[in-house]
Amino acid sequence: MTSANVHLLAGAYALGAIDGDERPEFEEHLANCQACKVEVGEFLATSARLALAAAETPPSTMRQRVLHRITEVRQDPPTVDLPASHARRSPSTVRCGTAFVVAAGITAAASLGGIAAWQYDNVQSAHQQIQQAQAQAAQIAAVLSAPDARTVVGTIGGPGRGANATVVTSRSQDKAVFLTSGLPKLPAGKTYQFWFDDAGVMRPAGLVASGTSAQTILLKGSIGPARDMGITVEPTSGSLHPTSAPVALMAFPGT
Amino acid sequence: MFIGALARPGQRPDDLLVLVANATLDDHIAAPVFGIVCSVLRDPAQSEEVTHEVLVEVWRIAARFRLDKVTALAWVLTIAHLRAVDRVRSAQATADREYKAALLEQTPAYDEVSEAVERRLEDEHVRRCLQALTQTQRESVVLAYYRGLTCPQVGELLSVPLGTVKSRMRDGLIRMHECLGVTA
Repeated sequence: MTSANVHLLAGAYALGAIDGDERPEFEEHLANCQACKVEVGEFLATSARLALAAAETPPSTMRQRVLHRITEVRQDPPTVDLPASHARRSPSTVRCGTAFVVAAGITAAASLGGIAAWQYDNVQSAHQQIQQAQAQAAQIAAVLSAPDARTVVGTIGGPGRGANATVVTSRSQDKAVFLTSGLPKLPAGKTYQFWFDDAGVMRPAGLVASGTSAQTILLKGSIGPARDMGITVEPTSGSLHPTSAPVALMAFPGT
Repeated sequence: MFIGALARPGQRPDDLLVLVANATLDDHIAAPVFGIVCSVLRDPAQSEEVTHEVLVEVWRIAARFRLDKVTALAWVLTIAHLRAVDRVRSAQATADREYKAALLEQTPAYDEVSEAVERRLEDEHVRRCLQALTQTQRESVVLAYYRGLTCPQVGELLSVPLGTVKSRMRDGLIRMHECLGVTA
């Protein structure tokens, strides 16, 4: 195939419409064609919009299953870049049967510029971040899938323009997880802080890290005697006691 | 909000990584993954299975991002689409003959596909941009992306030569890209 013709495949490639020999052929071409890389990048961002437009909320059981599963699956450490042809046969992807099949598909996506490398000096900090995130996600999963997990639903902010919030508690884990459809944006220098309400005494339960928009938050510390939780707006460094009226107060379930 | 954070170029890698690691907990990721997988597979049980695999896989290899290339979300959705398409094609390979027959039977079905897709599209902007394509461009893009057909299958279905299909897909995406104003 002439290079002009190969170039034409960028669209079909981004739409997942080329198959068989043409896929590796195009990937080989892609590795050395800067213009193609740019174009494929744009096309993938475009096809992502097509997927977003078709979004559909998965059944709630899926969330539970995924949470359960990721507590058992170890994350891969970041790797250095591998040439596409080697990446497809990387021994690290052969760890178990199903993972191999999945990984093979993903490495195909990787070689078009999705995954692959992590800058070497980022490896350490990235790895730590992952371990922290993984530990936290495991704790979140433990709460959400605990047999005694209880849920209460509320809103933050005014009616009609507030965000939905759900609090899940597990007395056996003595932990609470806060889930939201998105907290309203705050001005610079401000963040949300969580509080456990120990019979009127507010005990700090963690901050929403500024600049992130995490929507599943593990409250810091144990529930202990608290029967409610509150959220206030505080300076980004957090406060020892609430310095503003709560934007939300939610009673823990089952108390 | 979550998507916006992911899609912004120049975001601190560590933040992004944590977000991605938590992506499996987040409907903003899970919903488009599930949506596109359903669109391609059209079978709820299989779609759940593939979505589950994809989300766990994203979790597993989240550290391997190359941030300078595709945005994190586009990356996840590329994987999801590829997985769904692979599933369809391996099923087809085992029942290729029946599939071909079925495909030919469905020949006039582009309108149905298009109608079903349109009905599902919640993003008005995307719908408008799709409408702004030429007919062959739109048909090629929709059949390939939302139904997981290969170029030869699209060509067969639309009675258009293979080379034309390929260039219509590219032209279509160029116009979609311009119309949507997305940044890679």
